Amino acid sequence: MRALHPFHGGVHPAEHKSESTQLGIAVAPLPARLVIPLRQHSGSPAKPLVDVGDQVLKGQKIGAAEGYISSSVHAPSSGRVAAIEMRPAPHPSGLPDLSIVLETDGEERWVERQNMDYRAVDFAGLRQHMQDMGVVGLGGAVFPSHVKLNASGLETLVINAAECEPYITCDDMLMRERAAEVVQGIMIAQHAMGAREVLIGIEDNKPQAIAAMQAACQGTGFEVVAVPTLYPSGSAKQLIKLLTGKEVPSGGLPTQIGVQCFNVATAYTIHRVVNHGEPVISRLVTLTGNMAEPRNYEVLIGTPVGELVKLAGPKADTTGYLMGGPMMGLPLADLSVPVVKATNCIIATSKALFPPLPRAMPCIRCTRCAEACPADLQPQELFWFSKAKNFDKAQEYNLFDCIECGCCSYVCPSHIPLVQFYRFAKCEISAQEKERKAAELARERHEFRELRLEREKLEKAAKHAAKAAQVAAKPAEEGGDDAAAAARKAAIQAAIERAKAKKAAVAPQNVDDLPPEAQAKIDEIDARRAQARETAEQSVAVQKNVEGQGAQK
Amino acid sequence: MLNALLVMLGLAVVLGAVLGFASLKFKVEGNPLVEKVNDILPQIQCGQCGFPGCKPYAEAIGAGNTPINLCAPGGEPTMLRLADLLGIEPQPLAADAALPKPKQVALIDEQTCIGCTLCFQACPVDAIVGAAKQMHTIIASECTGCELCLPPCPVDCITMEKVDEGMSGWKWKYPLYPISDARNDLEETV
Repeated sequence: MRALHPFHGGVHPAEHKSESTQLGIAVAPLPARLVIPLRQHSGSPAKPLVDVGDQVLKGQKIGAAEGYISSSVHAPSSGRVAAIEMRPAPHPSGLPDLSIVLETDGEERWVERQNMDYRAVDFAGLRQHMQDMGVVGLGGAVFPSHVKLNASGLETLVINAAECEPYITCDDMLMRERAAEVVQGIMIAQHAMGAREVLIGIEDNKPQAIAAMQAACQGTGFEVVAVPTLYPSGSAKQLIKLLTGKEVPSGGLPTQIGVQCFNVATAYTIHRVVNHGEPVISRLVTLTGNMAEPRNYEVLIGTPVGELVKLAGPKADTTGYLMGGPMMGLPLADLSVPVVKATNCIIATSKALFPPLPRAMPCIRCTRCAEACPADLQPQELFWFSKAKNFDKAQEYNLFDCIECGCCSYVCPSHIPLVQFYRFAKCEISAQEKERKAAELARERHEFRELRLEREKLEKAAKHAAKAAQVAAKPAEEGGDDAAAAARKAAIQAAIERAKAKKAAVAPQNVDDLPPEAQAKIDEIDARRAQARETAEQSVAVQKNVEGQGAQK
Repeated sequence: MLNALLVMLGLAVVLGAVLGFASLKFKVEGNPLVEKVNDILPQIQCGQCGFPGCKPYAEAIGAGNTPINLCAPGGEPTMLRLADLLGIEPQPLAADAALPKPKQVALIDEQTCIGCTLCFQACPVDAIVGAAKQMHTIIASECTGCELCLPPCPVDCITMEKVDEGMSGWKWKYPLYPISDARNDLEETV
C-alpha cells in the first residue's frame, strides 16, 4: 500500500453517484442536426475547413487547429454542412460562438481510418497526430493534450480517475466497462513521455472501477491507488500532491517537478485515436439529478442538450440544468447549446435537490474557508481584496493559485459567493495585463517613430549640405563650365536638326505618283483655295482700312 | 594634533573619492518621475491633452504646474493613479471632458483611398502601411484608436470601428447579490 500525502482542506458533499451507475453505458441516438463549436478547447478556436453545402464523412476534419495551443474539430457523423454561423455555446458569458451546423444523413459513413504504430513514429509526429485528431483534456479544462505530452524523461505519470465531483460518474463507468482500452491509452502516454512510473488515482467510492483497472493493469507495472473520497482530489495539483507528495510550484507546471497528469477519459481517447484512427467525436456524458432514469450515454459532440436530456426523462419539477458538477458546473440558460468535449455531466436541478441558498450575510472572518481551501490560500483575505478591487494585494495573496473549486463557498456560514469574486478579480487582472502590454507596444512604436523622424531629418540635412557643397565647388572649374555650356548648345542644335529632318521625311504619302487627271483636280482645288484666301484677306484689309479711317476721324 | 588632522584629511579624501565615484556610477539619466508617470499614461498618443504624445505630457507633469486630469482616454482611473503617485489631491475631470471610448481601431475604406499618404504621416505609432498613390491599410493589432488619422484624410475614407472581442474579451462581472436583513430574516424564521 502506497503512503498518501493528503492535501490541505477539502470537503465531502453528498455523493449522489449511485443513481447513474445502475445501468450500463448506452449510446445516444443520432440527432438530425449537430452543432459543432469551433472553440471546444482552451487556446485559439479552430479554423473552418468546409463550406456550407459540403458533404462530410464521419470523422472528417472540419476545423483545423490554429496555432500551437489549439486543436482540430471533426465531423461527428456523415451529412451536409447546413450552416457556419454564430450559435449559442456552453460558456458562462452566454455569448454565441462560431459553430458548424451539420445535417446528418443517418448513414454514418466513416472517413478512411488509419491506425498508427506509436512505437514506430517519432514523438513530434505523435503529438502532431494528437492535435490533428482533436485530443484535449476531457476532465473539464479541455487543454490540448499534445502540448501536455511535450515533456520527456518524466518521473511520474499521474492518471486522474478520482472523479471527485458529486453526481458525475462517466469516468467510473468508462473504467468499469472499458478498462483494457484505457490502459492501452495510458501505455501510449507513458511511451510518449518516457514516464518511469504510472499512478492511477481513483477515489475509494468506486470499488468496481478500482477492481476493473487493477485487473486490466496486470503485468503493465501501472499502479492503481485508491484515494480517500474528498473533494477536490480530482484537481490535478491536489492529486499529484496526494499521490507523490510533491507540490506543483505556484504559477508553475507539473512537469517542473517531473510529473504530468492526464484524465482517464483522455487516455481512452488517445487509445481510440492511435490504435483505431478515430478522432474525438464523442464522449461519455452522465445524465443525472432530477431524472427518471439517470444513466451514462456515449454522445456525439454537437448533440443539442435539450434533445439529449429527454433520454433520461427529466421529472416534471425540474427547474433547470447544470453542465458539469454541482460544485463547478455551469447553469445552462439555453438548452439549444450542444454537448462539447468539456461536457462530462448534465444535472437536472430541482428545489428538493438544490434548495436555494439563504441570502448572503457579511463575512465574519471565521476562516472556515481557509480551513477548507485545498490550495492552502486565505480565501477570506482574497475575498476582501477582490471586493475592494485591490488587485495588487489579491495577487500578493496568490489569487492565481485558486482553482475555483468552490470549497470556500460551500463551507461559508454567511453563504457569500466567494468564487465569483475570485473569478471577477482574475478576469480584471488579466485584462489589465493585456492593456498594459498593448500600451507598452504602443509606446515602443511611438518612440521608434520619433527616432525615425529624427534620423530622417538628419539624413535630409546631410544630403542638402552635401549638395550645397557640390554646387559651391563647381564654379572653381570655369573652363569646364564653358565647355559644358557649348556642348549643351550643340546637343540642342543637333536635336533641332534631327526633328527637322524627321518632319521632312514624313511628307504626305498618298499624293505621290497620282494619275494626271487627279493631279489636275488637286491643282484646281489648290487654286480655288488660294483665291478664296486672297479674297478673304482683301476684305479683312478693307475693313481694317475703314476702321483705321474712322479712328483717324 | 597633527595625527588627528591627517586622519581627518585622509578620511575626507577617501570618502570624497567614494562619493565622487558613486555620483558617476549611479547617475540617474533624466527625471525618474517622468518614466513613472509615462507608465501610467495609456500610450494612445492621441494628443487630446494638448501635448504631442504621452511622453511630453508626462514630462510636463514631471516638471510640475500641469493638471493631471487632461488624459481623455485614461479617464478617471488614470487621474486617480497619477494623484496617488504624485501624492496630490485628485483633480476631477472637466465636466465637458471627452469620456473614455470603448476600444476601437481605424479602418480604411480601400475603395475610396486615393493613396495620398497623409494619414500615415499623422499616425503616431506607424500603424498604417502604404505608399504614394498606393492603397493604404491599417495594422489593426498596432492601432491605438487615437483618431489622429481622421482629420488629414482628404476623402474621409477612414472610419473608427469598435473592437468586438466576443468570447475572448468577455469578463466575469462584479458579483452583485442581495444580502440579508438580519432582523427581517429572524422574524421570518420565528
